[in-house]
Amino acid sequence: MNLVIIKYNAGNIQSVLYALDRIGVQAKVTDDVAEIQQADKVIFPGVGEASSAMRYLKERGLDIVIKNLKQPVLGICLGMQLMCRFSEENDVDCLNIFDEDVKYFGKAANVDNRLKIPQIGWNNIYDLKSPLFDNVPQNSYTYFVHSYYAALGEHTIATTNYVIPYSSALHKDNFYGTQFHPEKSAGVGEQILKNFAQLIN
Amino acid sequence: MLTKRIIPCLDIKDGRTVKGTNFVNLRDAGDPVELGALYAKQGADELVFLDITATVEKRKTLSELANRISHHINIPFTVGGGISSVQDVSILLQNGADKISVNTAAYKNPQLINQLAKEFGSQCVVLAIDTKKEADGEWYVYLNGGRTKTDTKCTDWARQAVDLGAGEILLTSMNHDGTKQGFALDITRDLSGQLPVPVIASGGGGTMEHFVTVFEEGKADAALAASIFHFKEIDIPDLKAFLKEKAVEVRI
Repeated sequence: MNLVIIKYNAGNIQSVLYALDRIGVQAKVTDDVAEIQQADKVIFPGVGEASSAMRYLKERGLDIVIKNLKQPVLGICLGMQLMCRFSEENDVDCLNIFDEDVKYFGKAANVDNRLKIPQIGWNNIYDLKSPLFDNVPQNSYTYFVHSYYAALGEHTIATTNYVIPYSSALHKDNFYGTQFHPEKSAGVGEQILKNFAQLIN
Repeated sequence: MLTKRIIPCLDIKDGRTVKGTNFVNLRDAGDPVELGALYAKQGADELVFLDITATVEKRKTLSELANRISHHINIPFTVGGGISSVQDVSILLQNGADKISVNTAAYKNPQLINQLAKEFGSQCVVLAIDTKKEADGEWYVYLNGGRTKTDTKCTDWARQAVDLGAGEILLTSMNHDGTKQGFALDITRDLSGQLPVPVIASGGGGTMEHFVTVFEEGKADAALAASIFHFKEIDIPDLKAFLKEKAVEVRI
């Protein structure tokens, strides 16, 4: 299998590569359009800021490339958020693959002033409904680091609570996204990466 | 629900763990990667690797170590010890570190925190503070591994650092460190209540009860310890089961 990780101006890419290596999946980090288009699977990772990441993708035409991919695509953290419609992080239009919007925890309705942002640490995922979570028990813990969240919507395939319930994973057609970092989520994360590697389009 | 985190800390010198350990089943107890992997398997939530090497070779050794850790360990880890520039941090992050911690260099040049947060995001910038309660009842900041006293109050420095972009505070009480008499609850609670970022309590954990107290009374988001884990005085799976029994949210 030919799996590529999209290289762009967001961190965390090496960690994804190493995590795949641990589960025996060889991957390649690239920003080459042809290589991305021809891959069997694509991972779109990222830790960073939404508007500068979108600007970077647009300048290179990668926004159009990603939107039109037909093979399974997994967005991780910022990667998932960029696949949503719009992000409140510097109010930027994103790829609009998922209809859900990305919002700031600090503006959630019942936020109290003692809330710590970003959410950093292990939280549970529930209402799991996708082959991405095969052999992953309900309420498994995964590792999160984020200040913005995707609202619940028709594409939600996992839910997590931090102040409010939100989408910890999304799925539409060949596109998947996780807000948490499977590459840092111990055995649960490795199972999810294995599941993605085994998905059949 | 977001869980409280248990974080073993490994002191590293020339790429090796410094303090001895009691792990007879490890092939090489001095190998930080092997020890870290064992803790990860036992349910540690994160790891901190603190480098105390003072040689010029340090940078290379540390980045190579970060690279090995990120290849072999499937939980997040922080690297700290003598980090003083954007360049230092860039190399460590490129080699797979999730976060870095800064201490003395950030105190001497607070704009470093701002530069790091802008360049890499607050989520990877941990400010480590060594603090000591003096006779006047106030907590002061110490530098250079606790050797140099300053006149700055811990809460003032922590707040300034968070305003500059620090995403997490690693708070070590010098009064408590090594005593095994429990964590510093008052300063941990003050910082955790006042700051909008997580606080990791360090120094003094000696029993499983101490961990319950630092989470419940100290309001810590995470607790860090070293020798009690290395010498198997407390076993991580036992600790987590105990916390859960005491209704502290933990990942099991």
